[in-house]
Amino acid sequence: MIRIENVSLRHGKTQILHDISLTIAKGGITALVGPNGAGKSSLLSLIARLQPLQAGRITVDGFHVDATPNRDLARILAILRQDSIFTSRLRVRELVSFGRFPHGRGRLTPADYAIIDQSLQQFDLTDLADRFIETLSGGQRQRALVAMAFAQETDYLLLDEPLNNLDMYFARELMRSLRRIADENGKTIVIVLHDINQAGAHADRIVALKSGRIVADGAPCDLLTPKTLQAIFGFEMRVETVDDTPVVLHFR
Amino acid sequence: MSIAAAKQSSKTGWIAGLTLAVLFVFSLCVGVGDMPVTLLFSDGQALELLLVSRLPRTLAAILVGAGLAIAGLIMQTLARNRYVEPATAGTAQSAELGILLVTLFFPAASLLFKSLAASAAALLGTSLFLMTAHRLPPTQPFLVPLFGLVYGGVIGAAVTFLAWEADLLQYLSVWTNGDFSGVLRGRYELLWLGALMVVIAWIVADRLTIMALGRDASIGLGLDYARMLQLGLTIVSVISALSVVVVGMIPFVGLVVPNIVSRLMGDNMRGTLPFVAASGAILVLGCDILGRLIRYPYEIPVGTMMGCVGGLIFLWLLFRRPSHV
Repeated sequence: MIRIENVSLRHGKTQILHDISLTIAKGGITALVGPNGAGKSSLLSLIARLQPLQAGRITVDGFHVDATPNRDLARILAILRQDSIFTSRLRVRELVSFGRFPHGRGRLTPADYAIIDQSLQQFDLTDLADRFIETLSGGQRQRALVAMAFAQETDYLLLDEPLNNLDMYFARELMRSLRRIADENGKTIVIVLHDINQAGAHADRIVALKSGRIVADGAPCDLLTPKTLQAIFGFEMRVETVDDTPVVLHFR
Repeated sequence: MSIAAAKQSSKTGWIAGLTLAVLFVFSLCVGVGDMPVTLLFSDGQALELLLVSRLPRTLAAILVGAGLAIAGLIMQTLARNRYVEPATAGTAQSAELGILLVTLFFPAASLLFKSLAASAAALLGTSLFLMTAHRLPPTQPFLVPLFGLVYGGVIGAAVTFLAWEADLLQYLSVWTNGDFSGVLRGRYELLWLGALMVVIAWIVADRLTIMALGRDASIGLGLDYARMLQLGLTIVSVISALSVVVVGMIPFVGLVVPNIVSRLMGDNMRGTLPFVAASGAILVLGCDILGRLIRYPYEIPVGTMMGCVGGLIFLWLLFRRPSHV
């Protein structure tokens, strides 16, 4: 369980997050949505201890993220951020194998190799395993990064806008893979998404932020209504239901 | 690493090891003094020459070459930029400033004390460089090396000015232009500390590779990023400072060797680090041997040789089409 209590964050004079409290139960996919600058990525990076906590408390499985040793947290939660510039020439298999680092600190056992192979397979990377990452397309690269996070074998997986730069096919593939590991491996996934319909189709719960505050929180079918969406994004949009999934027609 | 890649790297390993061994023997035989191999064990003078001059000189070239290549690799990892190295980004210049100040205020200081002062100054100078480099926009990769050049140039200018004022300019060139001709037994042994740094780098190779993925990814994988940054800085500073103190600065080694190895083998340092060290040693020792032969019986300093050879290799690296293997 991720428990966020009264978390605030400011950068200089700008208040990024206002007194956020949120509890994310174990298991399932929680999508963080909201307009640009709402504080979604900041909240995610606070959970992942990538920046210091200024006010409030965050615990993951009871461990305080700002007081638990980094290497212990790395076995509980994995974070994937948008590192737009990839300067390292690593092969896909090498990158994924670094997901095992928190466990063996660099020493790989046969069990580690099995997990690496499984991660490669899970994200359809077996054929690309010996390619250098810089030679891959954006979608393949993104999958390699997710596979590394998966190989970390943490209960919690935090992903910051993983669908950026992905075309429809790979975006769908990635979301389906995430759904699968949530269902089959019991992972808890917190994901920042811009595509509200991906959130509607794949998430169990949507948390909407606006100007550093939580403005809506609930299951997709409850949350994706014209009225709530207007409150979040500031304009009116039609919502249709197709096969029990709400579809937001935000592009018209 | 895959089986194919492992096979290729073991083949490359043999080639590198063999080349280094040949150069090692060759370097022992090349020089102005007469040293007939057949008389080595009957003629005491020949053996003396080997042990006092040739062997230390050869070992120094290998230690400095391997060290500078590793220092370059780590510097590039810390700055997350392929075009920086200690000689061009202020590390070497800071080390020179350190020695100069010690020479001015404690003229009788030992080589070890000078090395310590040079290392401390290098650490400070490199930290300042990195703090600034991390603030530059990552979308402009050439800003980092450009800033490094300017930064190193400013410190270098301060060093020259100080040396001019103190009438130490001649002395200064001993540190700014690398030269192995002064290396004798008893005058190079500090360089083994540099070898120790290379060993430490090899121990933390996995961590260094992860660091190259960036701060967020490193923390996500449970790395103590700040501490690794300090360790990396220490390795770079100590190696550069020792080289400057003992033989003088040698440019380009730290720049071209890691870049070539990265092109050929990638950036997984657990696998590539030995090759970076070996290639650095080969390049520096090769240049030193060439420098001894070109104007025989006179010598061209290795710093000058490397300026030409390294510069050419660097231009080749820049102008050849980027390969996407």
